[in-house]
Amino acid sequence: MSARTLYDKLWDEHVVSQRDDGSALIYIDRHIVHEVTSPQAFEGLRLAGRKPWRVDSVLATPDHNVPTTSNERRSGVEGIEDPISKIQVKTLDENCDELGIVEFKINDQRQGIVHVVGPETGACLPGMTIVCGDSHTSTNGALGALSFGIGTSEVEHVLATQCIVAKKMKNMLVQVDGELAEGVTPKDVVLAIIGEIGTAGGTGFAIEFGGSVFRAMSMEGRLTVCNMAIEAGARAGMVAVDQITLDYVKDKPFAPKGEQWQQAVDHWRQFTSDEDAHFDRVVTLNAADIEPQVSWGTSPEMVLPITGNVPDPTREADPVKKQGIERALFYMGLSAGQAIQDIALDRVFIGSCTNSRIEDIRAAAAVIKGRKKSESVKEAIVVPGSGAVKAQAESEGLDKVFTEAGFEWREPGCSMCLAMNADKLGEGEHCASTSNRNFEGRQGYGGRTHLVSPAMAAAAAIAGKFVDVRKF
Amino acid sequence: MRKFTQLTGLVAPMDRANVDTDLIIPKQFLKSIKRTGFGANLFDELRYLDKGEPGMDNSNRPLNPEFALNRPRYQGASVLLARENFGCGSSREHAPWALEEYGFRSIIAPSFADIFFNNCFKNGVLPIVLSEQVVSRLFDEMYSEEGYQLTIDLQQQQVKTPYGDTFEFEVDAFRKHCLLNGFDDISLTLQDEDKIKAYEEKRKQTSPWLFNAIS
Repeated sequence: MSARTLYDKLWDEHVVSQRDDGSALIYIDRHIVHEVTSPQAFEGLRLAGRKPWRVDSVLATPDHNVPTTSNERRSGVEGIEDPISKIQVKTLDENCDELGIVEFKINDQRQGIVHVVGPETGACLPGMTIVCGDSHTSTNGALGALSFGIGTSEVEHVLATQCIVAKKMKNMLVQVDGELAEGVTPKDVVLAIIGEIGTAGGTGFAIEFGGSVFRAMSMEGRLTVCNMAIEAGARAGMVAVDQITLDYVKDKPFAPKGEQWQQAVDHWRQFTSDEDAHFDRVVTLNAADIEPQVSWGTSPEMVLPITGNVPDPTREADPVKKQGIERALFYMGLSAGQAIQDIALDRVFIGSCTNSRIEDIRAAAAVIKGRKKSESVKEAIVVPGSGAVKAQAESEGLDKVFTEAGFEWREPGCSMCLAMNADKLGEGEHCASTSNRNFEGRQGYGGRTHLVSPAMAAAAAIAGKFVDVRKF
Repeated sequence: MRKFTQLTGLVAPMDRANVDTDLIIPKQFLKSIKRTGFGANLFDELRYLDKGEPGMDNSNRPLNPEFALNRPRYQGASVLLARENFGCGSSREHAPWALEEYGFRSIIAPSFADIFFNNCFKNGVLPIVLSEQVVSRLFDEMYSEEGYQLTIDLQQQQVKTPYGDTFEFEVDAFRKHCLLNGFDDISLTLQDEDKIKAYEEKRKQTSPWLFNAIS
């Protein structure tokens, strides 16, 4: 057989049947479900008189709507103040109970953001195909898995058939070699990549992240990078299996054990791209050139190094792009040429499926320790990605580091990343956010999001404006 | 699913690049557990001057007169003309649900985000990719002529302008087949039930850990 990429291998292993028009029936090993994109799928199943094909492949947890204050969380689902959110979380509980689907309910310690819970429990494993009705499902590709987001009709389709009808994507390699400078994190790497290829650069591709930077990167860093593959337009991002992958997966609650572990490891080691495998597009970045990144506009590709200045639309020749810059500057309340380090902040959000794992919490705490949140910042919240992350952070005393600095330490959920619960920005407020999308209104009506790493968000909370964490 | 065969319809503009699904239907409306009721909140933040919340009576809300879809000349539009990377961001199928319920049966753009593109086909909405030059020309023609209509023929894979120009577009054979017939693709997949079961049996032998129960 000719040389294959990691994506080729994952794809080939899951083809149930190949159709003449180029599409294929692909088997799905793991299906993760949350409350927002599933109710209509369960209803569709019921109306058609169908049952889930394989209940034991499904894992559910509520995350988008759950409140994050301990007061509102205390009485579980019944305590959710927003009546519409409450119905949605209850509906997930009822659907899972009725069908026998395992669900980590709102106050189960294993509850959390779907893309944090999947890897940390071992529900998501190398070599798997994984789907969820959520575009950030690309996260799990960090394990050496084929993992992508789907719509609600496809959620129903996977529940009913255990398969998805798909056409193979093209292969893209994003290669970053060299060494990252101190203070430059996985989030900065992925933001720099998106800045380079654009939000549609990966459309139609599955991206493999390769090169010495990703080989040296921790599993949690790789999860952050793959999480934002979708922000570059790619449904799936992935990193090849290596010893770091295996060490991370070993002993996770749902990881195979004993003899099965050895059998699985032997199988997983093949999930790397062959040396002479063909990629349809290759993009290379030099690690040494990457600085801490800050997004200035309303699309993740509108990103600059901390030392940069906001662009001037009069210098853009393309009329559609020029108009885009003007609209973004207007929405963000920024002026052409303004220095990134002059942007003052109203709120700081540390959390989301991009940056709410223990390493993210530790990185932010390390910057904050012994310092105080700026008076000019109205609110700084830290929302751990899961109950397990929260417990780990508390056992290390990190919650105290945050609360002593004037931050709020919250309960796990998606929170202010998309502001479906009570955590949101006010109109016109600027936020340093460790989340993944800076779209208009994303974090609240009229809210102004700046995407940054946890360390940069922490430093910004202390300074009240963006500062270079390398000099902080 | 509603069939899509042929359509002649009024064209309306969404004249900006990278329109994301948060813009198409903001998150507060995603709390609904139904498939319907999203049309009135399509492009909510652009369409109304106030902040929209679920359960509001949308007929009393102040409309943004600057927003194209609020102009009298675009009322009743069924074709949306858009710029590159339309539908990027979240996988929410509420976006095509909202577009379809509003009345759009087809969207024409130079490019679409993958998940959104796929979701359209599941809801009787036909996304059409035409080159940037052609799309720009259609924008110009639409702006200069009130009542500008396009005819879309899925069988022929053609877009026809009132001036007699015809543009061909690509569409996957399987998606075309489903859309032309309004087929539910779950029943089509279940015709391969035996193949799925055989695949599963084989993998239980080669990769048994994939079938361990989680609890």
